[in-house]
Amino acid sequence: MPLEMLLLLASPLAGGLVLALTGHWRWAAEANAAFSALTFAAAVALVTRVVAEGPFEALQRQFFVDPLNVFLVALTAFVGMTTALFSRPYMRVERQHGRVSDGGMRLYHSMYQLFTFTMLLVLTTNNLGIMWVAMEAATLTTVLLVALYRSHASLEAAWKYFILCGVGIAQALLGTILVYFAAEKILGAGPDALLWTQLDTVKGQLDPAVLSIAFVFLLVGYGTKVGLVPLHNWLPDAHAEGPTPVSAVLSGLLLNVALYALIRFKVITDGALERPFASNLMMGFGLLSVAVAALFLSRQRDIKRMFAYSSVEHMGLITFAFGLGGPVASFAGLLHMTMHSLTKSAIFFAVGHATQKAGTQIMAEIRGLIRLSPTIGWGLTLGTVAILGLPPFGVFASEFLILTQAIARAPWAAPILLVSLGISFAAILGKVQPMVFGEPQLSLLSKSRLPYRPALLPVFAHLLLVLMFGLYMPPYLANWYRQAALLIG
Amino acid sequence: MISLSGVVAQFTELVLAVLLAPLLTGWVNQCRAWLQNKSAPPLLQPYRMLAKLFQKEVVLAHNASPLFRAAPYLIFGCLCTAAAIVPTLGTDLPLNAAADAIALVGLLALARLFTALAGMDVGTAFGSLGARREMLVGFLAEPALLMVLFTASLISNSTSLATIAETLAHKEFVIHPSLAFAGIAFTMVSLAENARIPVDNPATHLELTMIHEAMVLEYSGRHLAMIEWAVSLKLFVYSCIGLVLFLPFGIAGGGDWLGLVLALPALLAKLAAGGALLALIEMLSAKMRIFRAPEFLGTAFLLAVLAVLVHVLLER
Amino acid sequence: MLQHYGPQLINLLASLMLLLAFAMLAQRRIMSLINLFAAQGFTLFLSTALVAWLTDQSHLYGSALLTLVLKVIALPWILHRLIRRLNVKWDVETLINIPSTMLIGIVLVILAFNLALPIALLAGTLTKGTLGIALACVLLSFLMMITRSKAVPQVIGFLSMENGLFFAATAAAYGMPMVIEFGIALDVLVGMVILGIFFFRIRERFDSLDTRHLEKLKEH
Repeated sequence: MPLEMLLLLASPLAGGLVLALTGHWRWAAEANAAFSALTFAAAVALVTRVVAEGPFEALQRQFFVDPLNVFLVALTAFVGMTTALFSRPYMRVERQHGRVSDGGMRLYHSMYQLFTFTMLLVLTTNNLGIMWVAMEAATLTTVLLVALYRSHASLEAAWKYFILCGVGIAQALLGTILVYFAAEKILGAGPDALLWTQLDTVKGQLDPAVLSIAFVFLLVGYGTKVGLVPLHNWLPDAHAEGPTPVSAVLSGLLLNVALYALIRFKVITDGALERPFASNLMMGFGLLSVAVAALFLSRQRDIKRMFAYSSVEHMGLITFAFGLGGPVASFAGLLHMTMHSLTKSAIFFAVGHATQKAGTQIMAEIRGLIRLSPTIGWGLTLGTVAILGLPPFGVFASEFLILTQAIARAPWAAPILLVSLGISFAAILGKVQPMVFGEPQLSLLSKSRLPYRPALLPVFAHLLLVLMFGLYMPPYLANWYRQAALLIG
Repeated sequence: MISLSGVVAQFTELVLAVLLAPLLTGWVNQCRAWLQNKSAPPLLQPYRMLAKLFQKEVVLAHNASPLFRAAPYLIFGCLCTAAAIVPTLGTDLPLNAAADAIALVGLLALARLFTALAGMDVGTAFGSLGARREMLVGFLAEPALLMVLFTASLISNSTSLATIAETLAHKEFVIHPSLAFAGIAFTMVSLAENARIPVDNPATHLELTMIHEAMVLEYSGRHLAMIEWAVSLKLFVYSCIGLVLFLPFGIAGGGDWLGLVLALPALLAKLAAGGALLALIEMLSAKMRIFRAPEFLGTAFLLAVLAVLVHVLLER
Repeated sequence: MLQHYGPQLINLLASLMLLLAFAMLAQRRIMSLINLFAAQGFTLFLSTALVAWLTDQSHLYGSALLTLVLKVIALPWILHRLIRRLNVKWDVETLINIPSTMLIGIVLVILAFNLALPIALLAGTLTKGTLGIALACVLLSFLMMITRSKAVPQVIGFLSMENGLFFAATAAAYGMPMVIEFGIALDVLVGMVILGIFFFRIRERFDSLDTRHLEKLKEH
């Protein structure tokens, strides 16, 4: 196993254990950030290696890295690091406000690292069974994070999250069993029959009937985690009631990782069926998610809930793009995955500080952020503008690509997408505008400053990256995306 | 083609059923008393009671119709016929042509119909109440019983009871998971149909809970004796159906004289065990509210349906 | 002898699993529910061990042992302790009455059998017939989770769904590779521990484990 990869997985795992055993809140946040930074460094090293040497397998083919997952690994490690930076002051303020106990802080930091570990494991493992195990572990690590505040609502959200995702993930296990059943006929029994690289080479020989049933179960299972409508019920609650850094990583990373698992199976299923069964299903669910989420957006009162619905919408859009397939649409899907992940986590960072300033998550009670704190106000404004797909931000580029592809190849879907995007544009902008530029309540103005200086660097770093992707994409990055898109087909 | 052994077997079966039925009832009562640490009534108590009732004078309500007087004999006749067509000793019986599972259920239903009609005939409140409850139980128990019999029919590809017994007893031994489901369903149905705990209590005259006793309150003398005898016979018939479906071993084939002789002790042993089991079930369960009976029988029906489904999935 | 009756015995055990799944669906008392769950785990253990013996798949012994330790001993023990510590009410409350639940259950069984037929035709295993039953068990546990209003029965439904999935893996392909089974078992165990913590928090907050308290978060 190459050193970078070992470090990539060992760093968050060690971090989780160390912080669980000894994480005093005074220095746990720094340690958390340090472990995340180490993980990110390993990810960067891994990327340079893959760029230089091409895809490779490790540890008796149990792990593998190709352009598709290495890009997600880099993204996950990066957002993991910036979120750790953001959560340092955020969680301390929460502790100061008495919402989290010292034990809760320790739990938070430890689980944060373990959560990163499980996501990286999903991304790098070659074994589809291990992928399932890691995905379930990702649910388990986040359940307690969502319930961190121990309030009525957060317990309810966590319970819903656990039960829905638990049931969903059980369906995915059934799908995995069925895939193994089909694969074992050709590759022989044993752990190797679930290796994705092996399955990819023999996908034409797998039994189509079994694979199609399996994919339905997998779509229901992993689709629950992606937050596809109608399986999205847990998502707004978990986002709204958990601590904001958790919302940021759920939205920015976990949904991506679940979608990644789905894509891997989609490649095999389409290969086995020789007709776009899996793709069509993904297009249908994606489109439904975009449309339903857009309708729900305007009815939200809680700011984190609203942006959670926006995540459902964007995940739907990405799923649709992958369903559409082809080099351009898959490219656009990957780009949008990156853009959404960066933008949405930036928004959640800004929202986190804004809600701490205002002392509420209800949008109608947050007014005049620009006067309370210009940096937070501008961060939220720019993030919103970016997520709404306005040029020159990168989201515009990816959404534009997806839309043109839809118009060219699935003309029936284009109007639905356009209308939904329009509705969500109006809804989000209409709600964020008064929050930032409205007249602040006097009581808020007189409130003292937050006890810890908000970390706004992550917000602007993310937005800067998104802006860069909108204006100029470095050729090696474009090349990398193109290769990954070819893998998806 | 009627063989001599068949005629002998048929005759013995019928006589045995009629004569042994009160003994089975007595045995169950005795077992129950033992299990409850009570001093048991003598084994022959049901015979003594029948003898006593036959000697007593019949008292009739002045508005009783002829049906009321005919019903005990009709019920007894129905159950005798039912007892005759269930193979207990041998499978080669002259009545085989009539020994159809559906006919059997029909006969039992006919007996129930007459009981219910007689219960309503005099027009007392208890009679009507009992009749209504009996019909409710019967309405739910019958489909379950039919499904149980269908499961056995599917296994042996015939609705003839003799063929079913033949297949299960003499073909190569095969484990039928469906029969496990059917067995539980059948036990539940038999408990309900024979007015045992947990659906009804044969030893109570508490008006709120009784079903069967309520219908026969107006009977006395030899009429009551016939009905009591028929009740014993019904328990015997149900036990025998259970034995045919789930424990058919020891039943003799056609022309097998030795088998026929050996079948008798086998039958007695199985009945004794079955009776003890019934007493045990009764002791372990509590009488449930009458309104829970539909749920109880619905469960029996569902289990019987599951038996058919499991057969279709696993055993074809 | 056992070689000859082996497949039939497996069918019998499979039917027993289905029967237990239905019994759990019909069960009103929480203690009996836990015992039924343990019994289902034990049946699963027996059938897995039998399949292992009949087919000489040594890794299945490991899987059987895992089932015995986890599903028959550890989880029921944890659940019993939880119930005692939490001192919850003894009754299971259902959202739909039990006969209707059972009727829906029958429909699900038919659905599962139909779904499994084409797959079973492809399977070369001697357990192929039981795949339908495994699917049915999964769906019935699913139904149980939906129709129960208390947290503990919902969790038992979840765990029994895992039983069904293990059984499906054994039926279709003589079990998943050992590494993965271990991973799944670990997840289930950790999940149970987390749920235990969770139960205490829910109760400390609501003085009850009724998940109908957990229906406040709705769309406005």
